[in-house]
Parts: sequence; structure tokens; C-alpha cells
Amino acid sequence: MSGVLASMIDGVLVGAVYGLAAMGLSLIWGVMDVINLTHGAMIALGMFAMYLLYTLHAGTAYLLLLPVMGVGLLLGIMVYWMSVHRVVGRPMLMSLLSTFAVNMMVIGIGTAIWSTSPYNVNYSVQGLTLGAYTFTGNHIAAALAALLIALALQWFLYRTRTGKAIRAVADNREAAELMGISSTAILTIAFAIGIALAMTSGALVSTLFPFTILSGATYQLKSFVVTILAGLGKPFGALIAGVLLGLLEGVVTPFIAVSWIPLIEFGLFVVALVAFPQGIFGKRAAA
Amino acid sequence: MILRRPFFWIILAIAALFIYLPLHGNNVSLREDLILVAIAIILASNLNLMIGYTGYVNFGHIVFYGLGGYVGLYLATVRGLNLVAAALIAGVVVSLCAFLFGLAILRLRGAYFALATIGILQAVQSFVSNFDPWGRSTGMYLSFESYQSLGGAMHALWVTYYLIIGVMALSMILSLAVKNSKFGLGLFAIREDEDAAVVLGVNATVYKSIVYSVSAFLPAVAGTFMFYKNGMIDPSIAFEYMLSLEGIVMLMLGGQGAVMGAALGAGLYEKLRSYLLTSPKLSDFHLVIAGGLLLLVVLFAPGGLMGWFYRLLPRAREVVE
Repeated sequence: MSGVLASMIDGVLVGAVYGLAAMGLSLIWGVMDVINLTHGAMIALGMFAMYLLYTLHAGTAYLLLLPVMGVGLLLGIMVYWMSVHRVVGRPMLMSLLSTFAVNMMVIGIGTAIWSTSPYNVNYSVQGLTLGAYTFTGNHIAAALAALLIALALQWFLYRTRTGKAIRAVADNREAAELMGISSTAILTIAFAIGIALAMTSGALVSTLFPFTILSGATYQLKSFVVTILAGLGKPFGALIAGVLLGLLEGVVTPFIAVSWIPLIEFGLFVVALVAFPQGIFGKRAAA
Repeated sequence: MILRRPFFWIILAIAALFIYLPLHGNNVSLREDLILVAIAIILASNLNLMIGYTGYVNFGHIVFYGLGGYVGLYLATVRGLNLVAAALIAGVVVSLCAFLFGLAILRLRGAYFALATIGILQAVQSFVSNFDPWGRSTGMYLSFESYQSLGGAMHALWVTYYLIIGVMALSMILSLAVKNSKFGLGLFAIREDEDAAVVLGVNATVYKSIVYSVSAFLPAVAGTFMFYKNGMIDPSIAFEYMLSLEGIVMLMLGGQGAVMGAALGAGLYEKLRSYLLTSPKLSDFHLVIAGGLLLLVVLFAPGGLMGWFYRLLPRAREVVE
């Protein structure tokens, strides 16, 4: 019984990182109505950015999150101007396909450089032992980092001028323009932050599990589940939904084979999509 | 009537050419090339019914092909059914599955539907990888004797080739027939504005469910033939996510919504891919080039090749559609 409890606690810790990954997806989706299919590729790039930085400069891996975030912001601006700017406001099919095209290119280049063999970041933090169980230090630290970033994002969106402008553009782009907000600049910033969050979460995941260039896809799908559960553009909603997903994984893993987990997650995903199209924490649709 | 459409005869001519070319001089390597093109055309044409006609992106279209392969191969080997019967039953079973999936996810609009189709693909793949009668993740192998009923292995390969070319022609004819029917008009109305279509009396729920399960039928049949020809199936080749996505690239490249577009895009892309994969310098970059191509088409020519062609020669649309 206490084994299940330990597995649940571990699930919660990893779930916080799922939540962080989903925040990036949900921010972009909420602000510009674009489902960013480069998300998984960016998570994978975050993993490899951490791997490269850590091999160059082995120290405290968590300090390296800052340069990863910086790279994420730059990359986000690039991807926005390359593939998203022309399709914002056009039918969703177009933005799905254009971001997907970038995803293919990133995965292609990544496969050419790193092949699809697994890598890992050899970094470990002292764990915490409670009775018969030891909780890995990396998991605890990653969960703390995710929580801190979620707090920072919440503060940014609700307390700073730029953050308020992002929320204004998300609510009504035309009205925001009339208030003197340059929506193009805001969309670029929001997209860059979304990519930076994806890469940061990838960097955190790389300290937990081995990864390949294709690993991003798993976390992208988890991000979809979390975003659908949480509703759009709510950092803490995403964190809580991520923790719930992690908890669910923690509860079921002791009992069934791991290969069944995608089936359960996607069952949950479809049920959540159909039952709560606005997210559990979102407002109910009028119609 | 469809027989009066000039394009109907063009489709038959293309199919005849596909059969004649490799048969002439018993060119087996050409046959193997053309079979990949034919499969690409089948997948892209049926995907066109969803993306091009109805405006619903299906990222997991390959699931029908893979499931069809599994059901068909199971019926043909374990149950010892005749190949064509097995393929037809597989088509019907997979269409029914699609109808059931559709009931669950066609309530979703636009992008939400697109995401749910990824979920369907993952869920089905994960189910099949754990399903004992279908050999879990190791898959199923065809016993060599089952080729005997088609007159030996060499002969069986030709038979499956003809069958696949037949399915290819049927796929294009299906696209043409749907396009020229009242049903097709209803789908276009849903694509342009679903709410307005509903107000004007299009039963969107029924139309979407039907087109979703119809788009499953021929890929499932083709899946049976193809995996029968290959002699084995396992979850990673049956549900290859990349192939599903490349189907979208083909369709966008040729021109979504156009019957000829799906076929042209599939043919061109398949040629390009096999060139890139065999070229020593570029084989690592075939995804990059495909992605770049897709990006350019989406950003600058959303109508694809056929859209560009029709703008150049508006009267051609009369003949080709």
C-alpha cells in the first residue's frame, strides 16, 4: 500500500513538470488561437540544450535553465516570424500545418545531428528518504522549479504591463489594438514565452529520464491532455491539471503494464475534450 | 452522371498505365516503386475527403490503413479466408470502427477534432501492441502456404499489385463521385461555415460521420492487400505516424480539395521521398525538405499545385473535376 503512495508522490512531482510543459502550449493557444505543433520538438530541443550545456559546463544543472530559457525566447521569435505570423487569424488548418511543418524540420535536423539514440544528463541531487522509500532529489527539485516558474508566469501575466497586454490581446485583439497595444509585438512575445516554457520543461525532463530527439512527442501529447483539462491561458490550472495527470500515472503504474498508459491517457483526453470543451477550470461555454 | 465526366476516363487511363508499365518487360522494381505511389494516392485521396472537402484535419488517418491490415491479415491467415473477402470484411469492420470513433470525436470542431485524431491513433496503436490474438508488439506473420491459393508467391505479388491499383482507381473515382454529388456539396458547405450549413438544412453530424467512415474503407482494404503482400505486420509499421503526416504533406502539395491534387501530390512526393532516401547526402534531411515544402505551400500557395494550375487555366477545372 505504501508502495502505491510512494508512486503517487513521485507522480505528483513529475506531473508538475507536465504542467510546466502544458503552460507553454496553453499560453500560445489562448493568446493567438494557434495550436503550436512545434511544441514537442521544442521540448526535445530543450532536452538537448540542457545536455549540451551540461557537457560543456558541469555545475548545478538548474542554473542552466536560464540560458535554455534565453535560447527558447530567441527561437520562439524566429519560429513566430517564420511560420506563424502569416497564418494568425486564418483558418486553424493553416496554423496547424505550418507549425507542423516546422516540427518536421526540427525533428529532421535533430535526427541528422543526434540520431534517435537515447541520451541522458548525468546529474543527480541528494534524495530524500522516508521510511523504506527514497524520493529522487531530481524529481523534487524539478517540481520546485516548475512551481517557481509557474509563480513567475502568473506574476508576469497579472502584475506587469506586458503581461496585462498579453491577456488583453487574448481576450479581444481588436479592442486591444484600439487601446494602443501593438498586437504583433504582443503575439511575438507570447509565442516566444510559450516556446521558452516548452524548452525549459524539456530541460527539466532531461534531468529526470533518458531522452531521444523523438521524446518530445510523448510530452506534447501529455501537454494536450493537460491543456484540455485545464482550459486555456491559466498557469495554475495547467500546473494542477499536470499534477493530476502525474498522480493518475502514479496510481496506475504499479498495477498495469506501462505500454497501456497511452491508451488510458488518450481515453481521458477524448473524454475530457467531449465533456469539458472549455476545460475543467475554464468558464462554461454559452452554447 | 459520373460516366460523362472526362476525368472518370482519365482515372481509368492512369490505372491502365500503372498496370501496363511494369507488366511490359516484367519490370519488378518498377512495380515496387509504383505500388508505393499507389498506396500514397489511396491514402491522400481518402484523406482529401476529410481535409479538402469537409475541412476537418485528420492527423491519424493511417490508423485505418493499419487496422485494415491487421483485420485482413488475421482473417486471411488465422481464419483462412479468401484474400478479397478478407479485405472487404476488413474494410467494413474498420469503417464501423471509424463510425464509432466518429460518434465520440465528431462532436468536436476544427482543431479539437484534429487533436483527438492524434489521440485515436495513439490509443489504437497502444491497444494493438497489447492485444494477444494479434501478436502484441511482435505482430503477425503470414504463412508461406497462404500464397499458394493465388498460384505461388511470385504470382501472388502480381495479383496483390493489380488489386492495389484497382483500389487506387476506386479511391480517385470515389473522390470524383463525392465531389459531384449533393452529399459533396453538403461537405463543402460544412467546410465553409458549419453553423450556416446546419441552418440551411445540412445534417452536419450525419454528413461528418458518414464521410469519416467512408474515408476509412478503401485505406483499410488497401492495408489488407499491402500487408498481405509484405507477409507481415507489426504495430510500428502498421501505424506509422510519419506516413500519416506525410499524407497531409502530399495533399497540401498537390492541392487540397482537388481530386487530381491528391493524386498528383502523392505521386510527386513519393518520387521525391524515394529520391531523397536513396541519395547518400540527403537521406538524413528528407524530413527537413518535406517540412520546408509543406511550410512554403501553406504560407504562399494554400491551393497547392492544382490551385495554381486552375488559376492559370480556369477552364481546366471543368475537365479535371
